[in-house]
Amino acid sequence: MSARMSKGRTIAAHAVLLTYTLIALFPVFVIVINSFKSRKAIFADPLALPMPGTFDAVGYATVMKQGDFFLYFQNSLIVTCASLFCVLLFGAMAAFALSEYRFRGNTLMGLYLALGIMIPIRLGTVAILEMMVASGLVNTLTALILVYSAQGLPLAIFILSEFMKTVSDDLKNAGRIDGLSEYRIFFSLVLPLVRPAMATVAVFTMIPIWNDLWFPLILAPAESTKTVTLGAQVFIGQFVTNWNAVLAALSLAIVPVLVLYLIFSRQLIRGITAGAVK
Amino acid sequence: MGALELKNITKSFGATDVIKGVDLTVKDGEFCVFVGPSGCGKSTLLRIIAGLEDASAGDILLDGKRVNELAPAKRELAMVFQSYALYPHLTVRDNMGLALKQAGVSKAETRAATDRAAEMLSLGPLMERRPAELSGGQRQRVAIGRAIVRRPKLFLFDEPLSNLDAALRVATRIEIARLHRELSATMIYVTHDQVEAMTLADRIVVLRGGVVEQVGAPMELYNDPANTFVAGFIGSPQMNFLKSGALGQRGETTGIRPEHLEISRESGSFEGRVSHVEKLGGETLVYVRSEIHGLLTVRLFGEHSYSVDEAVWLSPDMGRAFHFDSAGLRLR
Repeated sequence: MSARMSKGRTIAAHAVLLTYTLIALFPVFVIVINSFKSRKAIFADPLALPMPGTFDAVGYATVMKQGDFFLYFQNSLIVTCASLFCVLLFGAMAAFALSEYRFRGNTLMGLYLALGIMIPIRLGTVAILEMMVASGLVNTLTALILVYSAQGLPLAIFILSEFMKTVSDDLKNAGRIDGLSEYRIFFSLVLPLVRPAMATVAVFTMIPIWNDLWFPLILAPAESTKTVTLGAQVFIGQFVTNWNAVLAALSLAIVPVLVLYLIFSRQLIRGITAGAVK
Repeated sequence: MGALELKNITKSFGATDVIKGVDLTVKDGEFCVFVGPSGCGKSTLLRIIAGLEDASAGDILLDGKRVNELAPAKRELAMVFQSYALYPHLTVRDNMGLALKQAGVSKAETRAATDRAAEMLSLGPLMERRPAELSGGQRQRVAIGRAIVRRPKLFLFDEPLSNLDAALRVATRIEIARLHRELSATMIYVTHDQVEAMTLADRIVVLRGGVVEQVGAPMELYNDPANTFVAGFIGSPQMNFLKSGALGQRGETTGIRPEHLEISRESGSFEGRVSHVEKLGGETLVYVRSEIHGLLTVRLFGEHSYSVDEAVWLSPDMGRAFHFDSAGLRLR
């Protein structure tokens, strides 16, 4: 593509991107505006913006009053951050070993670890539940952290080992000659150079964990270990659903993930463009 | 301090043998250059000496002590890499001082050592910069400085000049030669460039396919090559190989250096046609295609004009010819 595009093409490209952005943001937008409206107004005109007559923060009030909600938030944050930490640390370490050391079964091990990308972890739900029951981890956050770490590792290892292969051998060897331990080489030479890839992996790992309903529902449904997505379900009843509260809870649930995303996104953009602009 | 001995070193990656039994002694204070075409195993041999690769068999002796199982950092050597391999997150000073810091040397001593090295390489004003803020030549000087700071028994250079432009390459080459004189340390230098090998080395080791073809001082190799490979590799432009039979000489091939081939418009021992002329000012290279011998290079001093496709006569100076048998070995 030429660096200078004709005006028409520029406009067309922007139109496509804007359309996509609108489509992608529309559901989020509807949730957020409706969370600030009274119940009647939600059903009367779901797409209208909250006006003085229809504004009502009763949903947020309900969510706040339901004192456990902060606990749910805290649980979600603990689970997401701890899993993220495990995935990034162990994923990077495994990727380093696979890309750096020649050992018997290296390729096989790489394939075995990549298998997790193709087989959804939910197929093993029953076995996981049995294991958690046997080890007494049901209704603990540890259970969720373990499962999410396992779920995130295959992709992390796959992406990171590709990136680590691009780190110069000379640099690692210079470190070895200067007497750095393999751990120092990994942490202070290799990790900083694959930081964009780490951010990419972090974002791809974080969002599904934060949004997951399945494993919290099965492994940790107790009041003290509920996550936000599971917690929001209390407002959805079989006969009556408190839409104000559900929408408010969902709106609030967007905030932390948005913050984490913003932290990683600067690195992420560098990661995506890493090959293109060197 | 700093004598290296290799005893029957072999290295295989899976089924491919990369180094096929190398015996070599490098004396203390010697500048030894490993030279050979790419894939000849010269870099692998250097990495085995450094301890970055394990030899499949054989012994590596440093100052008479076997170091096969010793970690690279414990071998008291320093290495300069082709890609510089500076630590991107550290300043020039910290890059140079890291090895000493790891070895537990005090801060004041490390500072003194880095300052001394910086002075030798005139890196003074750059000490607080990071590698990203340096030019290629400066980076390579820092990499050399990092090696000097350690005061190693053995310096290893892995094609250190191949990422530099031509002018910088000559300047850095002279600098390395000066450092060798000043430090009088043992240096092993890997290159595929025979000019670097000729200009720097006390002794050249010519490698091909994991085997040492010949070891000797630059002029020994130039004046007394053991086989066609060494004869062709050392010297630029390359030696011409002519068919002995057609010239009435012994052996299979006769080697004549381009400067020992006489060109004339009137008469000579065989005929050819000019296929290309390169004028370099100080010298002129004339490429002549002969029916019997193929493409030959003639090196003339000064400026000469020959036009392409012109018919010329060539006569080799048989007093300076080398004779080789059908296996490429020199007939003496």
